[in-house]
Amino acid sequence: MNIITKLLTAIRGGAREIGEAVVDTQSLRIFEQEIHDSKANLAEAKQGLTEIVAKKMAAERQLKEVQEQIAENENYAIKALEKNDETLALEIATKIASLESKAETQKIDLATYEKNADLLKSQIQEAEKIIADHERELAIVKTRNSVHQATKSVTQTITANESSIGSARESLERIKQKQQAEEDKLQAGVALKKEMEGDSLEQKLKASGIKQEKHSAEAVLARLKSK
Amino acid sequence: MNLLNELTLKLAECQVQGHTFNCLPIKGEQEVLRVEVSGLEELPIFMTVTESQILCISYLFTKEEIHQERENELNQYLLELNLPMPLSSFAVVDGYYVIFGSLATVSKFDSIVQELITLASNSTDTLQALEEFIK
Repeated sequence: MNIITKLLTAIRGGAREIGEAVVDTQSLRIFEQEIHDSKANLAEAKQGLTEIVAKKMAAERQLKEVQEQIAENENYAIKALEKNDETLALEIATKIASLESKAETQKIDLATYEKNADLLKSQIQEAEKIIADHERELAIVKTRNSVHQATKSVTQTITANESSIGSARESLERIKQKQQAEEDKLQAGVALKKEMEGDSLEQKLKASGIKQEKHSAEAVLARLKSK
Repeated sequence: MNLLNELTLKLAECQVQGHTFNCLPIKGEQEVLRVEVSGLEELPIFMTVTESQILCISYLFTKEEIHQERENELNQYLLELNLPMPLSSFAVVDGYYVIFGSLATVSKFDSIVQELITLASNSTDTLQALEEFIK
């Protein structure tokens, strides 16, 4: 069962302490230890692989050398035969035979190294995958645990101090009130601006004499005279 | 000094995009920092630092606070809203509907501040958008 499925099962079961339900603290520690050990094994396997690859390279080099020696000696043998020196040719042939048997052994060694290297490589890949999986699972469980603890602290604070968060409805009302207050302030600003603009227009009209002052001295005198 | 203490000190002194930050540490098994973003104080943010992440949560409402008969409809909306909403996601934690954002522990201070402002704005907007579901 994968970790997410385990979590979901725990949630369905109504487990409060989901992290604990999936892996308790003790197994969490064992799990961490396992990851640590796997990493150590992996490092060892990688070291082993390096050694085998080095041995394989050396074996390849040696095989090449022997094969070159075989080719070289075959040339000598042909030349000896051309000179009808049977004794020398036989001596060279004996050497070639021993070199060939050496090459055969080296080929077997090389195949073994290759096989071991391939095996180690696949083991390393497998181990790396397992470690990555375990670390992801551990991160999920740990996150769940700390989130749970954090939530516990937060909800305790909320219940201990009701005004700390308050109900959603109260929050909503406060948000609305604030937004209304801001809107009012904005409107007031606009109105004030309009008023001031209006004032300045009035002054301009009066200054240019287009609009007469209703209560000017001239107007009063004119009214009195007309009586 | 741990990251949360460091953040508390830095947040207390900074002003970003016209917002200031009012911090209140909450002691407990897991240390939590309660942050009020000025202008968006109604829905405080609760910050937790763990090994793998910095988690910022804002509590929207409890399951009891919504109209029970519309719970499925609300959940469906929240799932659909999750992706288009920038930087924040929805979750249910211990009976609370929450909105949250998480950051890597190596995040720069500016990114954390941005997260706080975004989360506070998103939660305020969300609460208003979901008003019809609240009793």
